[in-house]
Amino acid sequence: MRIAVCVKQVPNPDTPAAVFRVDETARELVLPPGQPLAMSPFDEQALEAALRIRDELGGTVGISALTLGPDASRSVLKHALAMGADEGVLLADPALLSGDSYATALALAAAVRKLGAVDLVLAGRQAADTDAGAVGIGMAELLGWTAVTFAKEVRVAGATARVTRVLDDGLETVEAPLPLVVTVSNELGAPRKPSLRETMRAARKPVAAWGAGELGLAAQRAGAAGARRVRERLFVPARESHCEFIAGATPQEQASALARCMRDAKLL
Amino acid sequence: MAAGVLVVTEIALGKPVAPVYELLGLAGRLAAGTSGKVEAALLGRGIEGCASDLIARGAERVYLADEGALADYEPERWVARLVRIARESGPAAILLPHTTLGADLAPRLAFRLDTAVAAGCVEIARDSGRLLFTRPCYGGSFRETLSMRTAPAVATVRGGCHEAAARDPRRKGEVVRVEASTAEPAPRMNVVARERTVSDGMRLEEARVVVAGGRGLEGADGFVLLAELAQALGGAVGASRVPCDLGWCPHSMQIGLTGKTVAPEVYIAVGISGAGHHMAGCGNAGNIIAINTDREAAIYGQARWGLVGDYRQVIPPLIAAIREIHATARKSE
Ligand SMILES: Cc1cc2nc3c(=O)[nH]c(=O)nc-3n(C[C@H](O)[C@H](O)[C@H](O)COP(=O)(O)OP(=O)(O)OC[C@H]3O[C@@H](n4cnc5c(N)ncnc54)[C@H](O)[C@@H]3O)c2cc1C
Ligand SMILES: Nc1ncnc2c1ncn2[C@@H]1O[C@H](COP(=O)(O)O)[C@@H](O)[C@H]1O
Repeated sequence: MRIAVCVKQVPNPDTPAAVFRVDETARELVLPPGQPLAMSPFDEQALEAALRIRDELGGTVGISALTLGPDASRSVLKHALAMGADEGVLLADPALLSGDSYATALALAAAVRKLGAVDLVLAGRQAADTDAGAVGIGMAELLGWTAVTFAKEVRVAGATARVTRVLDDGLETVEAPLPLVVTVSNELGAPRKPSLRETMRAARKPVAAWGAGELGLAAQRAGAAGARRVRERLFVPARESHCEFIAGATPQEQASALARCMRDAKLL
Repeated sequence: MAAGVLVVTEIALGKPVAPVYELLGLAGRLAAGTSGKVEAALLGRGIEGCASDLIARGAERVYLADEGALADYEPERWVARLVRIARESGPAAILLPHTTLGADLAPRLAFRLDTAVAAGCVEIARDSGRLLFTRPCYGGSFRETLSMRTAPAVATVRGGCHEAAARDPRRKGEVVRVEASTAEPAPRMNVVARERTVSDGMRLEEARVVVAGGRGLEGADGFVLLAELAQALGGAVGASRVPCDLGWCPHSMQIGLTGKTVAPEVYIAVGISGAGHHMAGCGNAGNIIAINTDREAAIYGQARWGLVGDYRQVIPPLIAAIREIHATARKSE
């Protein structure tokens, strides 16, 4: 079976927000030079889910890592190959870049079609930069497949996937026939680190680079031209910060003082 | 140009979840002064009685589909029915609560309608005829405002960001039944097991007081103490992501960007540093109280009151002090 995993390069989500600057005219985030980029965390977990399926089913499982982004995104594919993916696909054609969830899903779905014989697409529940959670589901819609969201566990037996989903009030396990798109959540657990062996092998694994033409996408449907939403503004939310620190010589005094504050503000 | 707003109703425990009322309030303000109507889509089984409730909260028309096949949320059937409702209603925007259901449903609906989606909005405004959607991005550290080139725009909206429409039983509205079509789609996935970790008691999203614990609790035991504090305050217990990932508490307690959004009157963050990812789920609380050993913790930047200290030493006397205040209040009544 073949699994395609969608991995996106994002600013390292552990970097404090204060490091970034907003370019108000371009309506884009500006990263200081040398700022590390990373694989979006849920995408790492999506890849981990694919690797666990291969661990369980053995050598017949092939894993392709797909990314859409500028040339620098090659490094996110390298990371995926070092974690254990078998091949990479880079969509770095400028005509495909700067789209929205729709244009991105369209290009990634076209890449899945071009790969051919993909049984399972795994994506993150949301990318750490857009926080949107639309591309995985959108790919399923465009491919005419089912999407199962917020996976904590993904297992495959024969032509059926069994997915445990995280809901607001608990968990649910669903079964669905392949082909399928599954979006993966952090509850899946920590992704593995690249092993020395896989890192050595990664350099020899194939990486294909496809443009809009190879994907059969007309320029006006792809990238920025195909985007359906316009970012009018990007800004740092205003925060009022006048914290009143509770005084007291002992924890008991502090606790009583806090309770009094709450009472006086009619919150008790 | 279309100006109406369609609100998709999510039902829990037999009634609309609280954010639905906020969406109706928002829809009313967006449609005010336009030719557009406030409409609601109500899907499920045995939910017909909720239609009058939605009307009392401002819906001028309710599209009702009440049947067994829609009892539990199942994407294929729900999307198919909502597409039909959307085609009939022709709204400028379709709003859903930003819950697990809404986040699963909204992108499906948008792609099926060949339009675009804005997830987790905190504000939607009308600006010379067009709608502007403001939402957190980059882990909640930044916000973006979007406009849409296609209609209807689909958006999920975070709870606690908008004033709910007041209940007025004199409001009038019509109920339009949307029956199953002959070509009803078959579900493409099968639920084989369900495990609920939340009791039917107070919903975290609707609690007036939320006491939330983080990594600083250093173990599951800390949550026993937080539960006692929450009980003294008549509130519910939540958590940052770390304790959920570490198995100290169920995932359903997670608050934040990828967890629940809460906007209680009082939010007590205990042993939580205040990462943007966490604050995205509680930043709209009326009063944030932070209890943390580190005076430099980011959480104090958003708190009304800060108590620098070890929660183990502070919370037991806090519970005692609250109980005493309650007892005094009862005596003087
Ligand atoms: C894509 C993405 C999505 C995320 N989504 C979410 C989300 O939805 N929700 C969420 O919460 N997080 C989320 N996170 C994680 C988030 O970035 C933070 O890592 C997390 O919120 C930190 O949790 P914390 O504050 O409990 O832990 P820490 O940051 O480790 O803070 C612990 C705090 O406890 C204090 N402390 C220690 N001991 C004591 C004591 N005895 N008494 C009192 N205080 C004490 C410390 O001073 C410290 O401030 C997400 C991360 C990513 C990358
Ligand atoms: N440019 C991209 N390249 C590869 N995968 C992507 C890209 N954008 C989104 N995805 C996938 O879709 C998921 C959801 O993205 P989003 O809808 O932007 O939140 C991500 O976690 C990725 O798995």
